[in-house]
Amino acid sequence: MSSAFPVKLSLLSAGIFLGLFFLVPLLLIFGVSLASRGMYGGLAWIATSENYQRLLDPLVGTIFLRSFLFAGLTTMVCAAVGFPLAYCMARASRQWQLLLLILVMIPFWTNFLVRTYAWVLIFRADGILNTLLMRLGLLEEPLSMLFTDVSVFVGLVYGYLPFMVLPLVVAIERISPQLEEAAFDLYASMGAMFRHVLLPLSKPGFIAGGVLVFIPSLGAFITPYLLGGGQKMMLGTLIQQEFLVSRDWPFGSALSFGLMGTVLLLWFLLGRTSYGRDSS
Amino acid sequence: MKRIPTSFLLNSLMVMLFLYLPVVILIGMSFNASTMGIAWKGFTVQWYQKLVMDPSILDATLNSVFIACVSTGLALILGVGTAIGLEKSQGMQMPLVNMVMVLPLVIPEILLGVALLMVFVLCRIPLGFGTIIIGHMVFNLPLTVVIVRARLRKLDPAWEDAARDLGATPWNVLTRITLPMLRPAIWGAALLGFTVSLDDFVVTFFVAGPGSTTLPLKVFSMIKTGITPEINALSAVMVVVSMICVGLSWLFQQRSTVGSSESTLS
Repeated sequence: MSSAFPVKLSLLSAGIFLGLFFLVPLLLIFGVSLASRGMYGGLAWIATSENYQRLLDPLVGTIFLRSFLFAGLTTMVCAAVGFPLAYCMARASRQWQLLLLILVMIPFWTNFLVRTYAWVLIFRADGILNTLLMRLGLLEEPLSMLFTDVSVFVGLVYGYLPFMVLPLVVAIERISPQLEEAAFDLYASMGAMFRHVLLPLSKPGFIAGGVLVFIPSLGAFITPYLLGGGQKMMLGTLIQQEFLVSRDWPFGSALSFGLMGTVLLLWFLLGRTSYGRDSS
Repeated sequence: MKRIPTSFLLNSLMVMLFLYLPVVILIGMSFNASTMGIAWKGFTVQWYQKLVMDPSILDATLNSVFIACVSTGLALILGVGTAIGLEKSQGMQMPLVNMVMVLPLVIPEILLGVALLMVFVLCRIPLGFGTIIIGHMVFNLPLTVVIVRARLRKLDPAWEDAARDLGATPWNVLTRITLPMLRPAIWGAALLGFTVSLDDFVVTFFVAGPGSTTLPLKVFSMIKTGITPEINALSAVMVVVSMICVGLSWLFQQRSTVGSSESTLS
């Protein structure tokens, strides 16, 4: 089947474009991570493993650990909170499903910076939450809630929850409702039905959603920057600091490559699950 | 809606509140006359008036719209053809190609930002509009391809086959059959790409130069300087505009056309 000339041309140019401005830059991260830091923050092309040794620094280790911990916790909470919603969406009537899908999709694509900023208004010392709690007499003095583990964590869950819900809806939709009825006919309680039928069969959705939440949480920049400040640094904020503040590209690249390796590994694992195969 | 446990419905309601309440609060605060804190001091539109008066905000808006138009336009020109090419040619169904096509959408944006920054600086490409447009195209192009391909899969190939049987050239099939049937998807991709480009902060933050401040960069620098009611007003405008664009884009993608079978998901 021969395609029209413009199709071939755009295929070729898109390939070249993504090669030049996506694949080459990613490879460059690896290249620079092996280079040395030159005078005045420049680059010196002298091979070294020093940048990777610096990843073992306890201070950097703490940030790595916090990033993985936050990303893992965010993924778990998104799964727990997202599943009931996904179930309602999967089993709702067509009109309801459409409406809920639009409602979940809209924040998914809407200005992330501004939506995260909204949480600053909620968490800050004279913000909504403090004022509310003081009016209710639950607090005497404003509690500093911004720049804490909690604020970063809430921001991450808020930002990436839709990534969990959508794959779960797809997975639950594939489970025949008759299986649920069969479980009830066999005298399963609601809880037992969920544990033994729904949850195991939703596994592909949990895996896909988990990867889709874990990856951006691990590399998040806006959330830890606005809601975590300098105290609660994560990988994203550390990388930004190395590139734009300390101007240490080789070390920043080593950090980035660590992040990229994790992401690619997860993506590869996802590709091996049934969800990845079906949707690609 | 049979047999959905009440606790699930309640939970879903809470999740929806969680997703939308911050935005509602933000919009509400943008009309609050109080300059400090959140106590309600009466309804006002003065923060919006201040925004309109601020030339730097007008500049940033124009920059953002220009960048979004160019990057979306270029992404469409390349992306629609790429989607058709990938979908039609069997040789291109390689997993690697598919992976490269979606990877820009799933890797953390910060990686794209630092990687592009290094390429531009090392190649001595001056940071500015050009570099931002390239950066936005890196995610806009795959976005277009994903949306258009999803549509292509739903199209009945019989229409193209019929055209070919009747002696249409590949060019005729493309312009008279395929593209018109793809129109809703192309509009959907355009609107979504436009919104994503308009809203992008992280990649822009790394590859912007002096004089190419976009709206998100402007908001960010305002937040860093100190929280003012103007930020609330500007943020409220941005979030409402992008929600409308996303909603419209979704409607376009869902709209049925001749020769397609509809499904709600994916």
